[in-house]
Amino acid sequence: MIRIDVALTTLERDALTELVNIGVSRAAVALRKMVGEYVLLSVPAVEIIDHTQAASLIGVRESAELVAVRQDFSGAFAGRALLIFPQSNSLELIRAVVGEELTPTEAADMENEALAETGNIILNGCLGTMANMLRRSLTLSLPEVLRGDGSTLFRETDPALAEGQVLFLYINFFVRRRNLRGYIAMLMDIPSLDALKRLIQEFIDSVMNDEPDLGADDASG
Amino acid sequence: MAITVLLVDDSKLARIVTAKVVGGLQPEWERVEASNAEEAMGVVAAREIDVALIDYNMPGRNGLELAADLRAMRPDMPIAVVTANVQDEIVSRARAIDAAFVGKPLTPEGLRGFISGAALRLRVHKV
Repeated sequence: MIRIDVALTTLERDALTELVNIGVSRAAVALRKMVGEYVLLSVPAVEIIDHTQAASLIGVRESAELVAVRQDFSGAFAGRALLIFPQSNSLELIRAVVGEELTPTEAADMENEALAETGNIILNGCLGTMANMLRRSLTLSLPEVLRGDGSTLFRETDPALAEGQVLFLYINFFVRRRNLRGYIAMLMDIPSLDALKRLIQEFIDSVMNDEPDLGADDASG
Repeated sequence: MAITVLLVDDSKLARIVTAKVVGGLQPEWERVEASNAEEAMGVVAAREIDVALIDYNMPGRNGLELAADLRAMRPDMPIAVVTANVQDEIVSRARAIDAAFVGKPLTPEGLRGFISGAALRLRVHKV
């Protein structure tokens, strides 16, 4: 097996964590608007691990069935973004987003569609903000709803990729008054990680050398 | 009298950005950095700080908790909480402790209002 050195320097890891933090903060603002309650976020974790470890990282925290909205992104860098929460939270999330007046049957009927739409807004908010800060554009695939445990959600079907390491980013969110919790996770494989590393380096250089005009074209925050 | 501004953020890169933006607006202000709430409290105990810019989402105590502690010690100090997380609850908690709210990514335009206000307030109080 070929191991490519993809280690991030301390400053690159710092910059990536800050980008994710800003992206996820914007996504939390979007989720706050949708559920009408305060959304708490953890500090993001950034790790370079293999697929199996990525699956077990979520698996050790969540033993129950999970539901996830998955979107692949491509462009300047590529990967997979997931909004994950326990299956038992799914209907409550939909009632929080769509309205209390829904009967459980109605909520169940529109479950997948509402999950996909919610995931789409949150993942777009996060990835769009990151792309804007890196001054690049990303294309997102249509959202797909998946169900299963941690290993199902992170299973890599391509054996060539399954052996390799991935950049795994995740953050927890909680909506206390609704008793909702979940994760936003991102996975990137090695070739894409190289591309991302170059963009992060450009981003750091722009911070170090240029006028402080970071993200000036993205002043909505 | 010299003015010292404390920049608190767990991200070194974010501290570099903040220092550049503050330096562009007020080149003569001295800038001191801390990477978490605990370190910030140590800085405040050890030296005189006039203005504080605090990141919200940090490991350990968050920026609002730190801002509240600083406010209790220093009722007049200009304090700003800096974050992309503009949820109503966070903005109103910042307001409740008389802290300004500044969006991330930090820009000169975004910070100018707070810095000018702080400079004015310090001219009156710090003679």
